[in-house]
Amino acid sequence: MLAGKQSWIFQNRPVISATGTAAGPFEAESKIADQIDLLHNDLYMGQPSFEQAHQQLIEDASKLVVQKAKLRFQDINFFISGDLINQMTPTNFAARMHRIPFLGMFNACATSTGSLALAALMVDSGSANYVLTGAASHNAAVEKQFRYPTEYGAQKPPTSQWTVTGSGFGLISDQGTGPVVTRATIGRVVDLNQTDPLNMGAAMAPAAADTIIAHFQDHSLSPDYYDLIVTGDLGEIGRSLTLQLLQDSQMNINEQQFIDCGLSIYNPEQNVFAGGSGAGCSALYLYSHLWQALNNKELNRILVIATGALLSPLSSSQKQAIPVIAHAVAIESEGI
Amino acid sequence: MLNTTKSDYKQLASKYETKRPIWENCLRAFVVGGLVCAFGQLISFFYMYFFDFTEETVGDPTVATIIFITMILTGFGVYDKIAQFSGAGTAVPVSGFGNAVISAAIEHRSEGFVQGVGANMFKLAGSVILFGVFSAFVIALIKTILIQLGVI
Repeated sequence: MLAGKQSWIFQNRPVISATGTAAGPFEAESKIADQIDLLHNDLYMGQPSFEQAHQQLIEDASKLVVQKAKLRFQDINFFISGDLINQMTPTNFAARMHRIPFLGMFNACATSTGSLALAALMVDSGSANYVLTGAASHNAAVEKQFRYPTEYGAQKPPTSQWTVTGSGFGLISDQGTGPVVTRATIGRVVDLNQTDPLNMGAAMAPAAADTIIAHFQDHSLSPDYYDLIVTGDLGEIGRSLTLQLLQDSQMNINEQQFIDCGLSIYNPEQNVFAGGSGAGCSALYLYSHLWQALNNKELNRILVIATGALLSPLSSSQKQAIPVIAHAVAIESEGI
Repeated sequence: MLNTTKSDYKQLASKYETKRPIWENCLRAFVVGGLVCAFGQLISFFYMYFFDFTEETVGDPTVATIIFITMILTGFGVYDKIAQFSGAGTAVPVSGFGNAVISAAIEHRSEGFVQGVGANMFKLAGSVILFGVFSAFVIALIKTILIQLGVI
């Protein structure tokens, strides 16, 4: 049901009944390694190319979700997902494997929450019983797509981020138990003329702030309604900037309550510069750590806002500014 | 709705931006770059002492040796880690050029030898070759004109 201008409220309890996560060798040393279902010890994951390894991550997580839900692929009505690689081949090819009716979705790193909002809407409206949704990214495949060859020795500035090798998928069901998707806010594209592709945090912060403000306005809620407000991959710089922008708009959020997936995955000694990033960053953290915390009732209500930078290497080298977007999804352990 | 203008945000963003440690980077580049060059000098002496090379001719085998070492380090995934530490210190010497070519060749191997390795090997280093050759041409032209005019 529409709430306000750009938000939805889900009254029929779409639940995230099962999740599946897979990640790479660097994530195997991270803080959340114990909460990830499948860890690969090689970046190639037994595949001939990084792009196929990326696809492998999606297939692994999808299989895990379906196994855990004790279903078969043919029981799932729809699959909504996307990634950052040209023409989204990893996701498209993974969808060829499990043959679930599929909608590809590209909102860069905001794909995870964008797809989740859409999946919850489908289930809530009775248009589906089961929707498989999530997102993935692969460090080497994404670096190759957007930046330099993996082994190229370019010195990264402290503002740059580290693309997460990981995938997180969840099954949104009209029945069963699990955390409930209660609200969503679809963001608009924001552009405050940021041009540095090695400082994504600064580019994406305005989108995060814009969507957060819209969410609380549309739902007439205050920030303390949520235990945690979790952004996707803003990193240190983007997080500070978002807090500042929110403060300037008379919205005061407690700093302890405002966390970022990109800052929560890795150990400090792993040195990921300003933080983790990628479509898989928010998806991996959401469908592993956050889902488990909600399921165990350690957390009751969270708002997840994944942010995406809608640039391409071409638009960037043609000196265009970086348009950004953010989508918010509220998940509650009890529902509303 | 967020009410921030582009110019306000530009100021705010630059306030929060973590600045590159320029002096530290310069120092690291100076030390590592110097070490790479000193190592190159050792290789030169080696070729001159044990083989039939002179100071004029020793450049080619020295460069080839440094590129070979770079190739090994790039292939084993060590070079990018050294480069993150040293920055221009490993980018400016010929090892940086070698790394640019070799890393691109490795990266695009999955697309085959012709359309992958062949087409992408000089993706990063191509502009170095183009502008290197072009600036050499311009300098040579200036020198020729000055000689013809009797200035030098």
